[in-house]
Amino acid sequence: MNAPTPSAPLQAATAAACSSAPAINFAYLDERSKRMIRRALLKAVAIPGYQVPFGSREMPLPYGWGTGGIQVTAAVIGPNDVLKVIDQGSDDTVNAVNIRRFFQRTAGVPITTQTRAATLIQTRHRIPETPLREGQIIVYQVPVPEPLQRLEPRETETRTLHALAEYGLMHVKLYEDIARHGHIATTYDYPVLVNGRYLMSPSPIPKFDNPKLHRNPALQLFGAGREKRIYAVPPYTKVESLSFDDHPFEVQRWEAACALCGATDAFLDEVIIDDQGTRQHTCSDSDHCQQRRAAASTVAA
Amino acid sequence: MNQTLPMPATPFCTPQPLLRVRQLGKRYGALTALHDASFDLWPGEVLAVVGESGSGKSTLLNAVAALSRPDSGGVEYRLRDGTLEDVHALSAARQRLLARTDWGFVHQNPADGLRMDVSAGANVGERLMGLGWRHYGQLRATALEWLQRVEIDPWRIDDTPRVFSGGMRQRLQIARNLVTSPRLLFMDEPTSGLDVSVQARLLDLLRRLTQELQLAVVIVTHDLAVARLLAQRMVVMQRGRIVESGLTDQLLDDPQHPYTQLLVSSVLPP
Amino acid sequence: MKNAILCMRGVAKRFTLHHQHGAVLPVLEGVELQAHAGECLVLDGPSGMGKSTLLKLVYANYRASAGQIDVRTGPDSTLDVTQASARELLQLRRDTVSYVSQFLRLIPRVPAIDVVAEALRQDHATDADVAAAARAEAARWLQRLRIPERLWSLPPATFSGGEQQRINIARNLIKPRPLVLLDEPTASLDPANTRTVVELIQEAVGRGAAVLGIFHDPEVGAALATRRIDMSCFRSAA
Repeated sequence: MNAPTPSAPLQAATAAACSSAPAINFAYLDERSKRMIRRALLKAVAIPGYQVPFGSREMPLPYGWGTGGIQVTAAVIGPNDVLKVIDQGSDDTVNAVNIRRFFQRTAGVPITTQTRAATLIQTRHRIPETPLREGQIIVYQVPVPEPLQRLEPRETETRTLHALAEYGLMHVKLYEDIARHGHIATTYDYPVLVNGRYLMSPSPIPKFDNPKLHRNPALQLFGAGREKRIYAVPPYTKVESLSFDDHPFEVQRWEAACALCGATDAFLDEVIIDDQGTRQHTCSDSDHCQQRRAAASTVAA
Repeated sequence: MNQTLPMPATPFCTPQPLLRVRQLGKRYGALTALHDASFDLWPGEVLAVVGESGSGKSTLLNAVAALSRPDSGGVEYRLRDGTLEDVHALSAARQRLLARTDWGFVHQNPADGLRMDVSAGANVGERLMGLGWRHYGQLRATALEWLQRVEIDPWRIDDTPRVFSGGMRQRLQIARNLVTSPRLLFMDEPTSGLDVSVQARLLDLLRRLTQELQLAVVIVTHDLAVARLLAQRMVVMQRGRIVESGLTDQLLDDPQHPYTQLLVSSVLPP
Repeated sequence: MKNAILCMRGVAKRFTLHHQHGAVLPVLEGVELQAHAGECLVLDGPSGMGKSTLLKLVYANYRASAGQIDVRTGPDSTLDVTQASARELLQLRRDTVSYVSQFLRLIPRVPAIDVVAEALRQDHATDADVAAAARAEAARWLQRLRIPERLWSLPPATFSGGEQQRINIARNLIKPRPLVLLDEPTASLDPANTRTVVELIQEAVGRGAAVLGIFHDPEVGAALATRRIDMSCFRSAA
C-alpha cells in the first residue's frame, strides 16, 4: 500500500510567523485525510445533491464554526490557488478573517477579497453577487445537511426517503408555512431539488441566492463538519427551489437601494447607524459594493 | 299460478379476489406467533379477525400489510391493472408506494398513524403531496372535503392533532388513509380506548365509508360487537391459528369451535 | 329439484356445547321439505320444536349438522347452502333470500328510513338518484305500516317493540326476492298492522315468491297458509 507521505515543513511567505511553530502539513490536514475527503468529494460530485458521509477530522476550532467547510477547502486547495473567504457576504467579519488567516498560515496561498480574482471561495451564508465562472470552486459551510431533519428526526427514515425519492414531507413543511403565514415563510436554507433527483439543503444562504445555484459554471461543494457529511453540485447542474403551482418561488426584494453604491438588485443588510435608530441599507457582499463604487468613481473621474 | 320469479338482475359472476393469504407463519424464537393462516378477500368485503390478546391477530395483520416479514407462506395482492403480485417479493420502494396509494393502515393509537405536530390539513394532504400534487389550493380543498366526510369541523383544518380528542384523532387518521382512494384498508383495533359514544360514531363512519367506497377491509378486533356491526366475514384466532372462519353472524350465533363458543359466551350482554 | 325454490333433504341440526362437557342438543332430524313459487308454508308446532332453527338453517345463520339445503338462484342454477362459501352465501342473501327475524338488530345512528332503504342501495351506494328512489320507496313502506313520519329520521333504537318489528319487516321485504323467511312477523302488532303485514305477505306470494313462515297467531297462519308443515315430524329422537 501507499507509504505515508512525510510531513513537509511549511515553505510559506509567512516564515516569521511559523519559525517557532511546530511543522504542519500543507493546509493543516495530513495527506491521508485529504485523500479520504477527496474520495468523498468525487462521490458527491458524481451524485449531485446526495449527502456523502465522511470521517470529519478534529480541527483547531469547535463544531459550529465552519469545520466542514474548512476541511473541504483544505482538501482541494493547492499552492497556486487564490483564496477568498467571506462570512455573510463580507470579507471583514471575524470568522472570515480567522479562516483566511488559518489558510495563510497553513497553506501560504495568495488571498484576495475580489470574487473575480479568486479561484477558491469559502463562504458562510451567502453566494457572492458577482457571477462565478468556470474553473472556480465555491465551498459552503453547512450546519445541518439534512433538509428533512426538523420534520423527520430519524436518520434511518430520512435515508430511506432520499433513497426512494419520497419528498412529500418537504412539501408538507411548505404547506404548513402557507397555512400559517399565508406564504412560504422559509427565507433561508430554502430546500432545492438537485438534478431532478435529490432534495438538498443549500446551507443557510438567503433564498435570494437560490437562483444562483442553478446552472452555475463553478463547482459548488458543501461541507458539514459536526454532521460529517459532504455534498456537491457540479457545474451547470439543474437546481430548482421547491414551490407550489399557486405559490411559486419568489426572491426577496427591498424598497431601498444600497446607501453606499446604489445597487437595487443585490442582497441588502439593514444597519442601524446611530443611537436614534437611523437605518441604512448596504450591500451584504462587501466586494460587490466596493467594485461598484470603484466603477462609479472611475466613471465620475 | 305461473308467474315469473323475480330473478337477480345480474348473473352471479365472481370477480377475482383482491387479496390471497396463504399459509402464513411467523415465529419469534421458539414461540409460534402465527401458523398456517389463510384467507381470501374480495373487493368491498369486510373481514374481522377476532381473538384474545396473544392470539396472533396483530401478527397476522402486520404480516399481510407487509409491515413485517412472515417466515413461511405468502401474500398476494391484485394490483389495479389486474396482475397478482407477491407482496413480500416486491421491492421496498414498491411496497411503500402500495402502502401510500392502494392501501391504508389505521393504527390502534392514532398518534402512530399521524404527524402530531403538523396541521390536520397537512396530515390529510401529505400522501397527495407525495404523489406529486403541487397545487396548494387544491390540496386544501381536498383536505377540507375529507375533514367534513369524517365529521371533523372544517375550522380545525390548521390545528394539529395534539389538540384533538382521541375520537377526532382517529377520524383524522381515517381521512389521511382514505384520501388516495385505497382499495384495501387494514385496521388494528381502531375503536379501543375510545368512549362508547365516540366508538359508535366512529363505527358508523367506518360502516358508511366502507360501503360508499367499496373498500375491502381487514379489521382486527377483540370486540365481537364491532365485528358484528362492520364485518360480513370473520376469522377466529387462538394461539396463532385460525380455528374457525365464515359468516360473522353464523360464527356469533352458531359457533362450532370450542374456542369460538367460549368467546361468544363470555361477552356480557349490556 | 324440478322447479322448487327450496329443497331440504335429510337436514339435521344438533348443537354441541363444548363447555358443557360436550353435551349435544339435538333439535332437528331428517328434515324433508320443498317450497315452490307461490306457496306459503306455515311451520306448526309448539315452541322448542326448532321452527326458528329451520329458518336460520336456510338463511345460513345456523350451520346444518347433516343434509342438503338447495336454493334456486337462477333458471338453471341452485346453491347448496350447507356447502356454499361465505361469499356465495352473502350473494344469496343479497339477491335470493329475505329473512325477517324475530328481533331487529339495531345499528346505532342510522335513521329508520335509511334502515329500510338500505337493501335497494346496495352496489349503488353513492348514486344520488338511486338513493332518492330508495328512500321514496322506503317512505311508501313506512306509510303503509303506519310509522309516523316524524319517526322516519330517527334511529329505531328508541322505538316501541311493535314499531321496531314493522321496521324489520319493511327492511327485509322492500327488495323482492324469490324466497322469503318469516319468524313471528306479527308478534307485537295490533290488529290493523297485522292485517297490513298479512297483505304484504300475500302480495309476495302473489308475485311468485316462496314463503316459509312461523306465526304465533293461528288466524294469521290460517289466512296465509297454502300448506302446513308439522314440525313434530322433524323432532329428534329423544
